[in-house]
Amino acid sequence: MEMPAPNPDILSKKAELVTRLLDILPADAVISDPAETRAYECDALTAYKCPPLAAVLPSTTQEVSDVLRICHEMGVPVVPRGSGTSLAGGALPTEDSVILGVARLNEVLETDYGNRFIRVQTGRTNLSVTGAVEEDGYFYAPDPSSQLACAIAGNIAMNSGGAHCLKYGVTTNNLLGVTMVLMDGTVTEIGGAHLDAEGYDLLGLICGSEGQLGVVTEATLRILHKPEGARPVLIGFDSNEVAGACVSDIIKAGVLPVAIEFMDRPCIRATEDFAQAGYPDCEALLIVEVEGSEAEIDEQLETIMSIARTHDPVELRQSGSAEESAKIWLGRKSAFGAMGNINDYMCLDGTIPVSQLPYVLKRIGEMSKEFGLDVANVFHAGDGNMHPLILFDANKPGDLETCEAFGAEILKLCVEVGGCLTGEHGVGIEKRDLMAHQYGEKDLAMQMAVKDVFDPKWLLNPAKVFPLAASDAHRIAAE
Amino acid sequence: MKDLRPETEAELAAIVRDTSEPLRIRGGGTRPIGVPVNGAPLTTAGLSGIDLYEPGALTLVAKAGTPLAEVEAALAEEGQRLAFEPMDHRGLLGTGGEPTIGGVFAANVSGPRRIQCGAARDFLLGVRFVDGRGEVIRNGGRVMKNVTGYDLVKLMAGSYGTLGILTEVALKVLPKTQVTGSLACDGLGDETAIAALCRALGSPFEVTGAAHSQAGPEGAARTVIRIEGTEASVAYRAAELQNALAAFGEFTIDTDPDSTKATWRAIRDVQPFHGTDGDIWRLSVKPTDAPGLVARIDGAEALYDWGGGLIWLCVPKGTAGQDIRTAIAKTGGHATLIRGTRGGGVFQPLAPPVAALQEGLRKRFDPKGLLNPGLMAQAREAAE
Repeated sequence: MEMPAPNPDILSKKAELVTRLLDILPADAVISDPAETRAYECDALTAYKCPPLAAVLPSTTQEVSDVLRICHEMGVPVVPRGSGTSLAGGALPTEDSVILGVARLNEVLETDYGNRFIRVQTGRTNLSVTGAVEEDGYFYAPDPSSQLACAIAGNIAMNSGGAHCLKYGVTTNNLLGVTMVLMDGTVTEIGGAHLDAEGYDLLGLICGSEGQLGVVTEATLRILHKPEGARPVLIGFDSNEVAGACVSDIIKAGVLPVAIEFMDRPCIRATEDFAQAGYPDCEALLIVEVEGSEAEIDEQLETIMSIARTHDPVELRQSGSAEESAKIWLGRKSAFGAMGNINDYMCLDGTIPVSQLPYVLKRIGEMSKEFGLDVANVFHAGDGNMHPLILFDANKPGDLETCEAFGAEILKLCVEVGGCLTGEHGVGIEKRDLMAHQYGEKDLAMQMAVKDVFDPKWLLNPAKVFPLAASDAHRIAAE
Repeated sequence: MKDLRPETEAELAAIVRDTSEPLRIRGGGTRPIGVPVNGAPLTTAGLSGIDLYEPGALTLVAKAGTPLAEVEAALAEEGQRLAFEPMDHRGLLGTGGEPTIGGVFAANVSGPRRIQCGAARDFLLGVRFVDGRGEVIRNGGRVMKNVTGYDLVKLMAGSYGTLGILTEVALKVLPKTQVTGSLACDGLGDETAIAALCRALGSPFEVTGAAHSQAGPEGAARTVIRIEGTEASVAYRAAELQNALAAFGEFTIDTDPDSTKATWRAIRDVQPFHGTDGDIWRLSVKPTDAPGLVARIDGAEALYDWGGGLIWLCVPKGTAGQDIRTAIAKTGGHATLIRGTRGGGVFQPLAPPVAALQEGLRKRFDPKGLLNPGLMAQAREAAE
């Protein structure tokens, strides 16, 4: 993975930069000792590491603005960082960059149940947003797997989803307003507590822009009342094709579950060994969850189960209690941990049209043999968001490279069948060089033109998202 | 002047590349919102047809000029629909013609169900458009989750053709529900009505419509709440809501398919203001701010949708736009003049840093200023 060479001018100005940062931030908010900056050398894509020039931990929007203004004046790249849980290298620094961590911006600023929103500082973790309102019966819907740790800032940057977005949508569908600081220090307010912000849909543009357009310090988020109840059903099949057809039939029937999760045999086996959730021994299984009152749940599950029966399931298990529900979810929720227990793995995130599920799973199986690496599939089937986990051995020379090449082929396949490279993890550095498979030169140029508007000097997270060859002209012209 | 009416995307791109004169872009021309554009009229109606529809994947791809009615008919055949319930502006604006699917997204038009399932922009998965240089640009795709690069799809939604001319849209659709229940209570004052709607929307009962009309069907104020689902589920939730709202008034339930459809169509299309001669404004605010805001505007009549968050305001013809702007400045939110006397600007003026971003984007997407110049442009509106 290539990153731009550090700018020697910037490296030589480190002392001046640190002095200026210390003028505006408390001493404990500026980290410049190489032993300490190492803590920020990578995010959850741990294959790539590089300590930054310095890291700062501002506590207010004003401090964020001051930091950005100084870096802008000195031409220093800034890499914004939420909790560092990105699987795509979104928060990977370069040697000549400053990490701007939002961890200390973690206050709840306002909760308003009448108007159903919460306003928070964006360093707050996803789960703690729900935590702030759940005693009163409310929740914040997007629920990425990393929700215990990941920050709202990162959720906005990557437009995070989660298992329940089939019904509730992803971050962009639940964001009402932001306070965002531009690279030159300008503080902007976009949207608010009302729906559909004025002017162009800049909120939509910011969501998923991977920290390249601005640093969001405050967010107004839509909250919802919790459903009366929820209950899953587990359905086992003897082939991936049949499971895929069942997903399509459930959707066509007009039932809208909150989640339809899919696991294939390698994944089922691994999680059984790891978590003993009591999953059946079968080729594919679905976990379908619905919400409502007891009677409403019964009615919906009956419809779903009658559809499932037409596909000759090898197992059809409706949860009869909270304990059984937890057990059905246990395997799914421990899938990543179970895979990690076996080996190193790379988690992909391509999305495909639901109708292509059986074909894509079959092709991944064939490719697994060609590349000689095992793959387990666990994903959000309702919306076609795949998560193939490729197993490799980081200590074995060449294995990471083979794994990356295999991953790239899977993602190209996703694009080929009408899907995309990433459904919820983001491009970061991981999929940067595959962007040309998804978009033409002009399509990418139009996106980069947007960055030119928000960050004309290309200082915010500059070496991400776009292939370096494509963004070179913008980055170099700006220097 | 005869409309330019390209039949293919390539033809459209060539028109934009070769023109030296600005273009006045429209789909079916049913939503002439904003200052009139001086330019050669161009319609996308020639770019028509559904390219792909996969009911099992809840996705549809259509050319931008496809009549909305054609899309809705295709969906109805499979028991699906556009869940965001786009409004038909013809009655309110006195326009004719056929609304197009591209026009729906260009103006980000959503109806009462927006409150529960999202706006038009939330259902737009992918676009193809011709920018102001005549380049064909693609963004997004036809899958429901996609964070590959920047989301220009959302940016195009609601940009009224000022950043590019949509040629193709990919959208998410949803299943139709079996039964619609409409709860109604007559005679509530605005404050009480909005409080009741907020209570309903803050319940677990999945309200898909929440509106209050100062002048309902029989002239009296009427507050309505919609729930949708299976027969048993609607009956259950109606009863729960009736209980939860008892303190506000007695809500009666209607589940007749025709009359519930008429009730919500009237709200969606702002029927109480059809045929009136006042100026019509559309305001988006924090719901609980709505009644106070309306009370501060002289002679205003209101239809509240989205639990109060969307206000359709009818004010005496000639009311200064500044009066509306001053009132909304106190609460936050935004106001757009939909019909009537211009002079206070049509779209909400933006704070300077946001206006600068918007202007910057516009220059990048349309460097020669060919696409609907003047529309959504503060300077031009202020000069009017």
